[in-house]
Amino acid sequence: MTVSDAQLAAIYQELILDHYRRPRNKGALAGADARAERRNPLCGDEIVLEVAFDGDVVREARFSGRGCSISQASASMLTQALRGRTRAEAEALVRQFSALVHGDAGAAGDEGLGELRALQGVARFPARIRCATLAWSALDEVLRGA
Amino acid sequence: MSSSASLHSGATPALIAPLAAPLPLAPRDAFPLLAADPALRYLDSAATAQKPRAVLDALRHYYETANANPHRGAYRLSVAATDAYHDARARVARFVGLRDADCLLFVRGTTEAMNLVAGSWGQAHVGPGDEVVVTRMDHHATFVTWQQLAHARGAAFRIAELTPDGRVDLDHLASLLGPRTKVVAFPHVSNALGTVNPVREIAALVRERSDAIVVVDGAQGVPHLPVEFDRLGADFYAFSGHKVGGPMGSGALLGRRALLEAMPPWQFGGDMIAFVGDEVTTWNALPHKFEAGTPNVGDAVGLAAACDFLAGLGMDAVIAHERALVAAAMERLGAIEGVRVHGPAADQRSGVVSFSMADVHPHDLATILDERGVCIRAGHHCAQPLMRSLGVPATARASFWVYSDAADVEALAEGLESARRLFAA
Repeated sequence: MTVSDAQLAAIYQELILDHYRRPRNKGALAGADARAERRNPLCGDEIVLEVAFDGDVVREARFSGRGCSISQASASMLTQALRGRTRAEAEALVRQFSALVHGDAGAAGDEGLGELRALQGVARFPARIRCATLAWSALDEVLRGA
Repeated sequence: MSSSASLHSGATPALIAPLAAPLPLAPRDAFPLLAADPALRYLDSAATAQKPRAVLDALRHYYETANANPHRGAYRLSVAATDAYHDARARVARFVGLRDADCLLFVRGTTEAMNLVAGSWGQAHVGPGDEVVVTRMDHHATFVTWQQLAHARGAAFRIAELTPDGRVDLDHLASLLGPRTKVVAFPHVSNALGTVNPVREIAALVRERSDAIVVVDGAQGVPHLPVEFDRLGADFYAFSGHKVGGPMGSGALLGRRALLEAMPPWQFGGDMIAFVGDEVTTWNALPHKFEAGTPNVGDAVGLAAACDFLAGLGMDAVIAHERALVAAAMERLGAIEGVRVHGPAADQRSGVVSFSMADVHPHDLATILDERGVCIRAGHHCAQPLMRSLGVPATARASFWVYSDAADVEALAEGLESARRLFAA
């Protein structure tokens, strides 16, 4: 039981629960330059990601939708992490985040990921990786389409 | 007098356990996967059942003693395979109360059975201006199959709504029936809510008001309830072997002979033909007309073994066992803060408890429970139209079967209490 609770703490960290309870940058983004939607057909979770750029740099990102704590916290953290990054930096972040939740040790040690590292525990829950990457998949579309 | 002796003997725990906290109906030891993992609390039997050792033994015995291509009969081993296949059909038919065993078609499961009825009977009889009726609680296997058939044939697609406690609204269903209704399809038991539908009553209602065929999705019926097809009033009844404890990829469609004989073949190939000319082919008799290609003899044998296993327990005992567990679970879960149990009262269900916890997504519940060795389903249960009417994107679902017991209910409840604490912190 204590082992199990400790493992749970690795996925349900206070930081994740905090983003779930009080999501940052949630709601529509007026003047967005790009928008992408994702659904998880397994559970009906939905994410809409909207991004506004200043030239090559992300000015603001916001999300809306509904879902589990992992998908919502991941989207919330994404919007914070994205602000001020260039497109190339954002693309690199998408790749590094994917590596993180797939259990890559290098990504887990990358301090450049900041708060996002709280989601590394997802790697031990294969059924939940898709929850964590839902918003990131939307961001990938935004970056490729923009 | 003897009761106090029993209490101290330690040999008769069944007398000590209260009825509200049942022991397994069949011992975990009879299921190798459960026997190998005593801590596992498997509460997803509505998705697929764990397999009795008797089923696994039957599969092995068939492949080790009788495996050959049946219906080719040139040598004794092929005759043995043919006999095993026919014997399996007879035993499964008997288990589901179908006297005319040739009207039992082996298929890959309920989904294939539903596609067979729609693809054969539906394509031949449903046309523009006709109406096809399903219910809000249908599984996608039924819902989507008939929705697409209706669209393809220019027919209207109608959905019978549910009562607030998750039963088919019979008044609404009746209002949808008329001379243009060609098909009425519904589940014997809802996979998402556990609601047991009154098949005979619905079939009678359909006969009274239309000439429609009555198609029953029995995927959640046969594993949990006594089924007697010949007295149900249905035209077609489908179920999946893997939910009965049989092999995955096995299943059966039961149909009335007059309908099956008049229906065109659904798939073409070997075994289903009588004579193949250069221009014209004639069809084999039932059941072969609908079983093109080398049949899945091994899994039919396994399915028959599963039916024998359940017959040995008695289906009246199975449903009574499940309802005792459901009643205990509904009471225990209902007392946890924020938990809402969906669907009707325990005595109108099979062993399914679908629920939500306020502010905690079902996927999070499933992960937290999984960490405690408790397996539940989280999602839309292949019933998105139903989820919309419940006003939730998904639910968590615990389902019981013959090996489930009070410890399963307690592990579920403790896991949910732990989730409540984690998310409330």
